[in-house]
This record gives sequence, C-alpha cells and structure tokens, in this order.
Amino acid sequence: MGRRVLLIEDEPNIIEALSFILTRDGWTVHTHSDGTTAAARVRTGSPEVVVLDAMLPGRSGFDILRELRADPSTAAVPVLMLTARGQERDRDLALRLGATEFMTKPFANAEVLAEVRRLAGG
Amino acid sequence: MILTFNILVAVSLGYVAMLFAVAFAADRRARAGRGGWLRSPLIYTLSLSIYCTAWTFYGAVGYAARSGLEYLTIYLGPSLVVIGWWWLLRKLVRIARVQRITSIADLVSSRFGKSPWIGAVVTLIAVAGVTPYIALQLQSISLTFAAFIEGMDGGMDVDFVALWTAIGLALFTTLFGTRNLDPSERHHGIVMAVAVEAVVKLFALLGVGVFVVWGLGGGIAGTLARIDASPIPMWQGEGGRWVGLTALSAAAFLTLPRMFHVLVVENDDDRHLAVASWAFPLYVLLMSLFVVPIAVVGLERLPEGSNPDLFVLALPISEGHGGLALLAFLGGFSSATSMVIVATIALATMVSNHIVAPLWLSVRGPDEVARDLRGTILLARRVSVAAVLALGYVYFQYTGSGVALSSIGLIAFAGVAQILPAMLGGITWRGATAKGAGAGLLLGAAVWAWTLFLPSFGTAIIPQPVLDQGPWGLAWLRPRALFGIEGLDPLLHAVLWSLLLNAAAFGLVSILTFPNPLERLQGAQFVNVFDQTGPARTWSRSGAEVEDLLVLAQRVVGHETALDLFQAEAEEQGKSGHLPDATPGFLQRLERELAGSVGAAAAHALVGQFVQGPGLSVGDLMAVADEAAQILEYSARLEAKSAEQERTARALREANDKLTQLARQKDAFLSRISHELRTPMTSIRSFSSILQEEGLTPAEARRFAGIVEAEAHRMTRLLDDLLDLSVLRDGQVTLERQEGTLAEVIDRSLLSAGALKGDLAVLRDPAAEALPVVTDLDRLAQVFINLVSNARKYCDADRPELRIAVQRRGPQVIVDFVDNGSGIPAPEREVIFESFARLSGRRAGTVAPSGAGLGLAICREIMSLLGGSITYLPGQGGAAFRVTFPQGVAAAAAE
Repeated sequence: MGRRVLLIEDEPNIIEALSFILTRDGWTVHTHSDGTTAAARVRTGSPEVVVLDAMLPGRSGFDILRELRADPSTAAVPVLMLTARGQERDRDLALRLGATEFMTKPFANAEVLAEVRRLAGG
Repeated sequence: MILTFNILVAVSLGYVAMLFAVAFAADRRARAGRGGWLRSPLIYTLSLSIYCTAWTFYGAVGYAARSGLEYLTIYLGPSLVVIGWWWLLRKLVRIARVQRITSIADLVSSRFGKSPWIGAVVTLIAVAGVTPYIALQLQSISLTFAAFIEGMDGGMDVDFVALWTAIGLALFTTLFGTRNLDPSERHHGIVMAVAVEAVVKLFALLGVGVFVVWGLGGGIAGTLARIDASPIPMWQGEGGRWVGLTALSAAAFLTLPRMFHVLVVENDDDRHLAVASWAFPLYVLLMSLFVVPIAVVGLERLPEGSNPDLFVLALPISEGHGGLALLAFLGGFSSATSMVIVATIALATMVSNHIVAPLWLSVRGPDEVARDLRGTILLARRVSVAAVLALGYVYFQYTGSGVALSSIGLIAFAGVAQILPAMLGGITWRGATAKGAGAGLLLGAAVWAWTLFLPSFGTAIIPQPVLDQGPWGLAWLRPRALFGIEGLDPLLHAVLWSLLLNAAAFGLVSILTFPNPLERLQGAQFVNVFDQTGPARTWSRSGAEVEDLLVLAQRVVGHETALDLFQAEAEEQGKSGHLPDATPGFLQRLERELAGSVGAAAAHALVGQFVQGPGLSVGDLMAVADEAAQILEYSARLEAKSAEQERTARALREANDKLTQLARQKDAFLSRISHELRTPMTSIRSFSSILQEEGLTPAEARRFAGIVEAEAHRMTRLLDDLLDLSVLRDGQVTLERQEGTLAEVIDRSLLSAGALKGDLAVLRDPAAEALPVVTDLDRLAQVFINLVSNARKYCDADRPELRIAVQRRGPQVIVDFVDNGSGIPAPEREVIFESFARLSGRRAGTVAPSGAGLGLAICREIMSLLGGSITYLPGQGGAAFRVTFPQGVAAAAAE
C-alpha cells in the first residue's frame, strides 16, 4: 500500500486526470467532492497530503482550510490548494489561511506531482 | 286538446331542457366577457320575482277564496321594502360588495366578528325555515299533476312526480350553481333562467286572468258584479293581522336566503335598485291583478269542494281549454322550479361555508389546512344541494298534501324572519355584539319552532295534551298561548312572540356584553359603509410566509386567480416578481378575496393560521373608536400620501441596491469567466500531456482523447454563450419574424434538448398548443431548450416529470414549465437569472460537463427582446418557469 493523498475536487474530469497521474506515481488516491463534509473526511482519512480545490459545491475551499488549521488533529496536514480564478487575492488568502502550497489551474502535471511529493516528504 | 300524463311529462321535460339551454348560453356569454346585457336592471328585477313562488302563483287564488283581499299583504310587504327601504337595500348591497358577502349567514357572521357560531346558527335557522318552503314547491308540482290526471285512467302516483322533480332540480342546480367556486358567487346562467321563468309565469297568470275576465266573467263590469255578489268576505280579518302579515312578508323578503341571494349577492350595480324600486312593485301588481276574479269565478263555476289552490289550473281544464291549462301549468312549474333552484344554491353555499368549512378547519391541523379546500367546499356544496332537496322531499312526505299552500309559506316566512333583528341591528347599531345576536337568534328560533314549526306537523311531534295544557303542566308555555295570552291568531301569536323575544334578547345581551376587537371593527365597517374609503385593517402585523399564503390562495380561489392577485399586489408595492410583502393591507385584501369563496369566518380562520402575533393592536382600534367622517378622510389622504412616499422610497432603495449589486456583479462576472475557462483548460492541458506519454492502453488513450474533445466543446459553448449574451445585451440582434404554431416550437425544443430519449416524462396540452404565433421562433426555441435541459439536469424526482402548460391571456401567450423536483430554494431564486448562476445541483454524466450557468441569463435577454418575460413561478411544488410573450400581430389579425 502506497502513500495516501486526498483529492478534494468537484470537476469529474480534473479528478480523473489527477487520480491517473498520482496513482501511476504510486499514490493511493481518495477523492471527495462535497465541500460540506470535506473537513471531516480529512480527519477520518488522515491522508499524508490534501489537494484542495478553492471552489466546491456547498462550501468554499478557503473555509475548509480554515477549519482544518483550527483543528489540532489536522492543523499539520500539508495542503496543496488549487484555484481556477488565478487572482493574487486568492493566493494571498490561501497562504495566510495556512495553505502549504498554492497552484493555479491549468497546471502542469509534472509540477503537481513534484509538489505533492515535496509536501509528503517535508 | 287532450292532455295525457305523458304529454305533461314531455312538456315539462322540454321546458326544463329549454331552461338548461338558456342557462348554458348565458354562462358562456358571461365567461366570454360579452354578458353586458345579462346584467341589466330588467334582468335584475325579473330575477327578484323568484319571490313569487308556486305559493303565490296558485296559492294566492286559494288564499283569496278563503280570506278575501288579505293575500295582498304578501305582495305589499316586499313592495314597501323596495320603494321605502331603498336606502337599506343599497346599504346591504354596498356592504356585501365591500366585504365579499356570499350569503345572509355570511353577512351576519361577518358583521359579528366573523364568528363561525353565528354563521352556523343562521344557516341552521335558514335550513329549518326554507325546508317547508321547498316542500311546498314540490307539493304544488305534484298537486298540479294530480289535477291533470284526475279522471284520466290509471291512478298515477303523484309522489313519484315530486320525487323526480326533486332529483331533476338537484341535477340542474348542481350543474349550474356549483360548477365552480366563483369568488364573486355570481351565477349568470341561473339568473338568466330565473328571468325567463319570471316572464313565463307572468304571462301564464295574465293569460288565465284575461280568459277568466273576458271569457267567463263577461268583461270588466260583469266580473266586478260577480265579485260583489260572491260569498268571499273581501275585507275579512282585523287590522292587526293585516299589519302583521305585511310586516312579516317584508321581513321575509329581506331575510329569505334566496331573496338575499338575488337581491344582494347577485347584484352588480347599486343603480339597478332604482329601477327595481318601481319595476318590481309593477310586476307583483300584475301578478295580483286577476287573483280575485279567478277566485270568484272559480268558486262560482267549479264544483263544490274543489281545491281553491288549483283554480288557476282547474278553470281552463274544466272549460276545455287545454292549451291555456298547459300554459298555466308551465307558469306554476316555473314559479316552483326557479324558487327551488335559487333557494338550494343559497342554502348549499351557507351549509358548505358555515357548517362544513369550519368543522373541517377544526378537525384538520394547521399543516393540513387547505390541502384541498376547494375540492372539499365544492363537494360539500353539491352534497348540500342534494341534502336540502332531500329534506324538502321528506318534509313533503311527512306533512302530506293536507296543509293549505299559504300556511306552509307563512311558517317559512316566520322562521327566516328571525334573522332580521340581527341583520338590521348589525348594519345600523354599532353596539350590537355577537353574543347579543346569538342570544336573539337562538331564542327567536326556539320560540318559532315551539309555537309554529313543530305544531305544523299536527300532533305527531307535540302531542295534544301539551298543546292544551303546556309541557309538564306549565300553562304559560302552551305553544298556542305563550305567557297565557290567548285568543290571538296562531301565526300572529308566533310571529309576535318570537320576534319580540328575539329583538329583546338581542338588544339586552348586546348592551350587557362587550364586543371583541374584530366585532368592533366589523361593526364600524358595516354601520358606516358609505363613509369608508376601504375596509379597515384587521391584521396589524404579519409573520406570514408569502409563499405559504400563495399556496393557500391557489387552493381556495384557483391557480391563475391567485397568481394574478399576488402579482398585482407585488406591482402595487413596487416589487418585481410574483411575491409581494405580506403587509397588513395585503393580508386584509387576501382575506376578502378568500371570503368570496368560503365566507368571512372561514377566510379569517385560514389566514389566521399563517399569521403570527395578535390580529389587532390597540392602535388599530383607536382608528375605529371615534372616527368622524372627516378625520377618516383626512387620515386616508395622509395614508395615501405616505404609502406613495413609501413606494418611491422602496423603488429608490431597490435601484440603489441594484447598482451596487451590478458593480459587484461585474467583478464576480470576470472572476467567473476566468474560472469557467480555466476549468476545461485544466483537463485539456492535463490529459494532453498524459496522452503524449508512453504506456497508455488504447482504451485509456481513447477515453482521455474523448475528454479533451468534450472539454474543448465546453469551452466553445461557453464562448458562444458569452458572445450571445453580450450581443443580446447590446441589443445588436436582428429578430426574424416567423410564423408557426407553438406546438412546432415545443416539438423542436424537446428534440434538441434530448428530452425525447431521456427518462424525463413530458406532459403537454396539444389543444392549447395549437396556437399560431408570430415571433422569432428560433430564439423562442432557444429559451424552451434551455428550460427543458434544466429540467433534465436538475429535476431530482424519482420519476422526473415536466409539465408544459399553455394559456392565452388577451394578446399574451403564457407557457409554464413546471417539473416535479424539489424546486429552487427561495434565496437562490433571486440569482438564477444572473450570469453564471449555476446552482449546487447534481451533475449529469461525468464526461460531458454541465453548462456554464449562462442559460437563464440568456433566456431573460431573449424574452425581453421578444417583448415578453421569463419569471420563476413560486408555489408550484417543483421548479417552475413562466414564459410570457405577445402572440404577434398577424395572428391577431387572422382571428
């Protein structure tokens, strides 16, 4: 069994792409697409890395991030935040709220993979 | 001409069929909005003639043969009312219109604080009083049949005639009187049929009269000589009985449910009363003109022991004038049927609104209120029609045909007259209270039943010893000599005591008790109806959910009427959409609309279920407590002004909000475009690089390439939509005017949206869709496609269903798309027509992503270009959209 990554994302095709490249790299990929229950899923699944989309149905990724950081059991989980809006504001907000890394869509597969590896190792 | 039983039956049936046709045609004309002349003062006056029932048609002659000119009192009372109490009738008509009164029970109940109890008591009195009256009509019809078949072979059972008459009348009344729950309770068809019958009976009686005077009596002089010589005591009886009977018939004219119905409820215009004030007395004068000659000649010519109640018929028969006899028969038949029909409608309305509805409301919990109120009330009305006629038939069976026509009629008069003190007191005296009215009504009814109604059954209910010595030996309770006063005429005795005690109890208890706030308010409304600018507010504040109220209203007054009402109110308040604020004023208007269908008491209870907090505040009452007309007018003007300011302020506030919102929206719009473009781009970029790598299976490669293609399509669609929207918004579109039918456009849209193969069931209305339209059909189809695709994507029912309903309103075509899913939550309805307003619904499929959320924004732009609109329809269960657009010029010209 490989290392666990939790993918919180609602676009089915992006989920498929990320799952494909991460699985091929030896990760066990769990996916979750509902914003309201995402934080709980992080707590119960205790993944090594979380990939978190900023815009989710039900609840924004920023809110989820805030909750994760406030909870001692998940405060230290590395989070890679993805956003499709690509504004400076979003980047600042994500980093201030405690995102470990931040990337805008569209991303290069290799970069995502490198970031996930780095977060898991660091 | 030889009349057989069968011919008689055939003629009656033919006549009834003619009435059906008249009623049907009048109803249709009225519904088509071409019924102006149906509501002329002439028709109104003729409809009042249901006062002249079979009792007056046949019975007046019998009455004259027994008691001389006393029969005139029956005509005198009502004539005095229409001439002398003109102002009172006008007040009643005005109150009924302002308060949406449906019946006399509704009037009294509404006046006394919308009390369900008062309504029920008045209804019970009316049913008890009118049942003998209906029996009387059945009796007259069966008697006349019997008169015809006398001497014919085969003793036909006349009961059978009465039974079938009752059944036939129930059918007619149900068809035309209870077809729908009309908020105004007006029945054009029935009023028209009644007017026709009024003409028939007048002609019939005049015909017989002319025949008797000039054919048998030897002209005017000869007839006068015969009258002088006749044994009838023309001026028999003491003056007290004359005055008493005149007053009684005047009271009954105002309180008989059927009279109240034609006089007040069916009245369209106060001014008709002015015509009726001379035309109605003229009508009854003509009706009474030949009564004495017929009685005198009948006594002379017909064999000893003939029933004088049948002289009108027996004279032509015995003289061998079959045709005239048939006319007389039809006259009597008309008198009987028209009375029964209107009386039954009036009673059925009262029973359903004041007995069934309150019971039903108290049995069901607030959650279930109005689930199917409309159906329940209609059913109750139909059952009541049958029940009232059945009661009449049973009474007819019970009393047999031994009682003279006129005495049954007077019993009924005295019964309903018990309503008079509460009614008159209610509209003239603000101090009158519900407790007072209830006490008066109950006491009066009890005295009437004890002294007149129960004794009318002979000794079957009240045994002889009780009649002679009083119950338990209490002599002062003897039915014929209350409080030991003997020697009075039994009828006069009963009328005097019942009305005296009734009025006394009403007055005394009213003085001793205190009206509750609603009673006070309604009292002021009724007494000062001409000084008011509008009904006072009975709701001071509201916690009501407007949508709940809409659902309630739809269930009571019907779908479209309710939507129109709410939309008009929303416009009045300066709001867009279908939902106004639940202001106290609106609650008041809504309650009044509902009252037109279910009566004031039930309407008040229904609205009350949805409104929290006290109905009336002290402040509201202050306005009522001492209003001089001037103060009222002044404050009304002030109120109008402040209402106007409020409207302006609201409009400004909305405009300001809109601007701020627009600025925010522009930012959000750009950010959303970025998101919507980057999302497909992400998949495309990611899969493109995966596809460049080695080691993919052919199946994987095919699938990934498919995703890339689908996402590329998505981007194209988004760009197309964006361009479309910006072009539409700039108004740079040229619209194509195409002719076609709505059905074609819907067919095309369903095909394009893929609704024909999915699991979405589409319910359509082919008849309504066969509508020619001239507009940009492609653009219209684009809107429809959007709505159908949305239903396919977001309808979350187990068996998704989309109903497409089409209707025409004037030059506008209205197409509703209603699905059976869970609908769109209220807060999100505000934004669905904005750009990128994609809701958090489920997604269909994984490969093909859903749209960008521009669909409804584009629809809105298109509809506004087509001169129409698209709105969200609240209160329909599922998601519901209403598309409205003009049908087009060419189609209107083609009509």
